[in-house]
Amino acid sequence: MKFAVIVFPGSNCDLDMYHAIKDELGEEAEYVWHDTHDLSGYDGILLPGGFSYGDYLRAGAIARFSGVMDEVRKAAEEGKPVLGICNGFQILTEAGLLPGMLMRNKDLKFTCRTVSLKVENAHTLFTNEYKEGEEIRIPVAHGEGNYYCDDATYQHLKDNNQIVFTYAEDFNGSRNNIAGIINERGNVLGMMPHPERAVSDLIGGTDGLPLFRSIVKQWRESHVSHA
Amino acid sequence: MSVTLEPNTQQIKEQKIYQQMGLSDAEFQMVEDILGRTPNYTETGLFSVMWSEHCSYKNSKPVLSKFPTKGDHVLQGPGEGAGIVDIGDGQAAVFKMESHNHPSAIEPYQGAATGVGGIIRDVFSMGARPIALLNSLRFGELETPRVKYLFEEVVAGIAGYGNCIGIPTVGGEVQFDASYDGNPLVNAMCVGLIDHKDIQKGVAKGTGNPVMYVGAKTGRDGIHGATFASEELTDASDEKRPAVQVGDPFMEKLLLEACLELVKSDALIGIQDMGAAGLTSSSAEMASKAGSGIEMDLDHVPQRETGMTAYEMMLSESQERMLIVVKQGREPEIVELFEKYGLDAVTVGRVTDDSTLRLKHKGEIVAEVPVDALAEDAPVYHQKSSVPEYYREFQSLPNEEPEVEDHQATLVSLLKQPTIASKEWVYNQYDHQVRTSTVVSPGSDAAVIRVRGTNKGLAMTTDCNSRYIYLDPETGGKIAVAEAARNVVVSGGRPLAITDCLNFGNPEKPEIFWQLEKAADGMSAACLQLNAPVIGGNVSLYNETNGTAIYPTPTIGLVGLVEDLKHVTTQDAKKQGDFVYLVGGSMTEFGGSELQKMVEGRIFGKAPSIDLDVEAQRQSAILTAIQQGLVQSAHDVAEGGVAVALAEKTFGNGLGVDVSLAGSKTTALFSETQSRFLLTVSPEQAQAFEDTVKDARKIGEVTGDRMIVKGEDGAVWIDESVETLRSAWKGAIPCLLKSEA
Repeated sequence: MKFAVIVFPGSNCDLDMYHAIKDELGEEAEYVWHDTHDLSGYDGILLPGGFSYGDYLRAGAIARFSGVMDEVRKAAEEGKPVLGICNGFQILTEAGLLPGMLMRNKDLKFTCRTVSLKVENAHTLFTNEYKEGEEIRIPVAHGEGNYYCDDATYQHLKDNNQIVFTYAEDFNGSRNNIAGIINERGNVLGMMPHPERAVSDLIGGTDGLPLFRSIVKQWRESHVSHA
Repeated sequence: MSVTLEPNTQQIKEQKIYQQMGLSDAEFQMVEDILGRTPNYTETGLFSVMWSEHCSYKNSKPVLSKFPTKGDHVLQGPGEGAGIVDIGDGQAAVFKMESHNHPSAIEPYQGAATGVGGIIRDVFSMGARPIALLNSLRFGELETPRVKYLFEEVVAGIAGYGNCIGIPTVGGEVQFDASYDGNPLVNAMCVGLIDHKDIQKGVAKGTGNPVMYVGAKTGRDGIHGATFASEELTDASDEKRPAVQVGDPFMEKLLLEACLELVKSDALIGIQDMGAAGLTSSSAEMASKAGSGIEMDLDHVPQRETGMTAYEMMLSESQERMLIVVKQGREPEIVELFEKYGLDAVTVGRVTDDSTLRLKHKGEIVAEVPVDALAEDAPVYHQKSSVPEYYREFQSLPNEEPEVEDHQATLVSLLKQPTIASKEWVYNQYDHQVRTSTVVSPGSDAAVIRVRGTNKGLAMTTDCNSRYIYLDPETGGKIAVAEAARNVVVSGGRPLAITDCLNFGNPEKPEIFWQLEKAADGMSAACLQLNAPVIGGNVSLYNETNGTAIYPTPTIGLVGLVEDLKHVTTQDAKKQGDFVYLVGGSMTEFGGSELQKMVEGRIFGKAPSIDLDVEAQRQSAILTAIQQGLVQSAHDVAEGGVAVALAEKTFGNGLGVDVSLAGSKTTALFSETQSRFLLTVSPEQAQAFEDTVKDARKIGEVTGDRMIVKGEDGAVWIDESVETLRSAWKGAIPCLLKSEA
């Protein structure tokens, strides 16, 4: 399976995503600069963390106008897996590919530490290697990870099982401890925690690996059935 | 648009305008002699920044020459953007530490942020990929609203810059003492990684080659920052706020990626950061190092404000800029490379063969100065040195134990002292994991970063106990280097080299200069003994507020090589039943200790003694034991003595200890005798460990969830739950920040 790691000016977790895919998963990955107008050669799209365009306005507010975003939208419409982590999640909400938005953490401070997440939905193409209700340890590192949506959107997310991860304990003020959500179709996932930082025992555990394995497994299965 | 009316040469001389820029009468006379005429306003500005202490080291050169700077593994010593040491396999570690004290005292967020930005540029200007940041911070007692504000904003500034640019901030230290009340210290360190073949230098070689300006545009920020950094702070220093630069980490991220692409190109000849003294120092130093000259037309300098004068452009310290020299005819590919990142790359001048810095602006020559006069010929001052009265008095005092009634309560109080308390509140604001190579995160003795693609790691730390140095600069200087090395050794690394920031008061005061001299003597001795030469650093003098100096603080940044990641060791006790060993005996040494400060409210007496032979021998034995796989956890004994070090070993995994200590209660628990270590070892390996570390003494075992310390007679000195101790230690700083002053 071949992944595109989209690089915006100011992305800084692109390297981590790339190595997680190449070194730990053994799949193909390529860096794709933000002005690319063709993502047709890739099976999965990864939007990494960082501070796209400095994020001096609202996180992700400028990146959503980037040339590559039309292609990301197209890939999402084609049903390819699109995963946005941290800044990638912020960009996906700003681009309207996921509902809601990310505000500043409730204590107004950047926070970097490892937290417990609950897998709320293990029946997505990103989470089929987890067990439903399983608690996993994944690092967070963000200043604007306080997820917000209105009541109607929240109800909709809940009714459609779109809430994929929640924080075991509130630390950033997110509505109902939401840490990651998926679109209705189930192929676009945005999450604030960094699974790519938890892919090796050497650097903070391996609880992030099943997420990437799920994507590959799903792709393999559909690839075989289509063939 | 503003119009600046500049004084003419006659006014500069008669009204002594050069004094406002920091030049003395004698220095101005020297400039006149060099030029054979009176300098104009721009030229006076060039000399004043280049001859400031910050750029010329005119007061500290005689001291810096004492440091050992050579070693078989040293590829680049002091003098370039950063020092470089070999780590094998054709790779090298590049690192440097620099101070940003004065700007941070005035505008803490931007002062700290641009300190980080500057040190990162120093590292990537060598061609290296920055892989880690560290820092060393000093503030007044965490009691007044002003100190709390400085502390919170400095931390936010470091976080803001490092997090955005995507380089993990993996280590550091924060200490609090009244002497830093009006003059906080912000020392930032950056570590980079490079292949030997990519090492760059800041040289302007090849007559006719284009000099190009790359990166952010020039504004009026930071004009005369280097001069400001070389003065004492006064109540009027707030007026110098315009001398503080403003950082843009996003711009630097782009510049970083562009420059690292550039160093792979054979078109590049030389590259240097426009740091302190901006365009002036980068151009003059690049030409001087190459024995060439540079001619620049300032009309081509990218500007973000209108109507800037030559003086303003040359002295601006706008951030995120680099000066490069490339091969003639290759300009278009350079422009294209920087365009990809949306950055300016503009030819602003040429390399010449007349050893002169010649500046044109609006069709006229506005400055014409020999480059060596700027970069090399600043006067060197041999300041007077005299032994301060306080030192004689302290040396005559006997070593005595401070009065302690309840030792358990005292331990809890010590754990709450902000200098000892958990710094989680600080480092949780730093992204210490980005680049996914952080093997040991902040909170242990040294951070460890893996070298991707190899089995090696780099262990790194910053350290300085300035109280010891105040009491006895020479002994304290030895301890600072030795303790930094201890941190790296207990983490499984072999010390390679150090960088330092010499933060002192006004060197024109003989007692201050004596501190500087003696501290350098002590540091040099330790560097030699521990085989860790000085490969770079900076000097920050005039750290005084309204005439009162800070404690002498020569911060040490040390990098070591972890030869195999299997050797990585942390301070936390790992398993119940493991044996606890103490290396080194306790003596009645409380001068400058945390206990003395807490009980007596001040520090006095002799600093703890140190025998560098013993230190080196213990470090070597412990590193051998670690490399042989005989050690489960290792920690050095520092502030607060054995009791605090033992408590710290229990916090990470929540395991307890049950140990017995020899000697008098207060000394055994809280003395700060040097060269001591606490280790845990599994029972099966105890014999092999004892054979390797000869002076290790078994004092007890790792247990469930209580910390129990007894005397040799079995009397229980401390018996407390790990959770109680940990919550005292963990909650102290957040609690101090919330409390009303």
